[in-house]
Amino acid sequence: MAKSSAAALERAEWNGGVLPYGVGHKKLGMWLFILSDSLTFSALLIGYAYVRLASDKWPTPFHFWPSITMATVMTFCLLSSSLTMVLGVASSKRGDAKGTVRCILLTMLGGLAFIVLHVNEWMTLIHEGVTLTNNPWGVPLFGGTFFTLTGLHMAHVASGVIYLGVVAWGSAARRNTHEDVEICGLYWHFVDLVWMFVFPLVYLLSVSAK
Amino acid sequence: MDRETHVEAGTRLFAWVWVYLLAITALEVVLAYVHLFTLPAMLTILMALSIVKAALIVAYFMHLRFEKMDLVLSLVPAVVVVISLLFAFFPDSLRLLELRVR
Repeated sequence: MAKSSAAALERAEWNGGVLPYGVGHKKLGMWLFILSDSLTFSALLIGYAYVRLASDKWPTPFHFWPSITMATVMTFCLLSSSLTMVLGVASSKRGDAKGTVRCILLTMLGGLAFIVLHVNEWMTLIHEGVTLTNNPWGVPLFGGTFFTLTGLHMAHVASGVIYLGVVAWGSAARRNTHEDVEICGLYWHFVDLVWMFVFPLVYLLSVSAK
Repeated sequence: MDRETHVEAGTRLFAWVWVYLLAITALEVVLAYVHLFTLPAMLTILMALSIVKAALIVAYFMHLRFEKMDLVLSLVPAVVVVISLLFAFFPDSLRLLELRVR
């Protein structure tokens, strides 16, 4: 945007203007949702840290192969899906509906790969006897915190994939504004961001000693 | 800069951010693999790296760096302050560890 028009916008905003932050209401709404959701995840992560600190011993059951390797691949899936999402937002900004839909579909693929790998991980742990209230290592809170944290995150990924699908549909039908795609991107990057904390705290700090 | 070149530059920038994020992730995994550090040291290092990653995502992927400063100043300090307040519970956690019946 040219400097002069940006300055004009800035002056106008508080003079009876309606966009004090220079973003639309929907986008501001998504930012506020992300704010509150980040506090939900912080509370859970800090709760996990609390019970881990208060425990005598905490199980470290994750072997480098397959758990950590798989979790790393999952991280790669999410990060790459974030990249395809920004490329989708850029396409939408150019008004390239086809490119937008293609990028969003790739993003959904990344999210789905994440979910498949993560469910596989869950099934392995469940077969080992880890449940919400019990596990072979005698620290019941391990299962509770693990499944709550990763479960809430996975629920976010799953709803994100559905959200992406709806937005892709809208873009294909050319019903979406650029802002709709951008807001969806904000949500998706946030889900990615949360995993950047869950992955080291839950997995990398619980690598089994060789 | 006209719009087309801006978009081009944007794509390259995003690809670089992605490369940095992957590199930091790789570093984290290697650190976990070599087991060089004690748990508290490892926690500190991993959290520092994760905060860098989060900042990269928020600034570039979520575009916050290019928004108005008013928006940044309304969102970021609020999150930081409230998350910091949650840490008030930790002394209690240590107390649990000390006082528990073994």
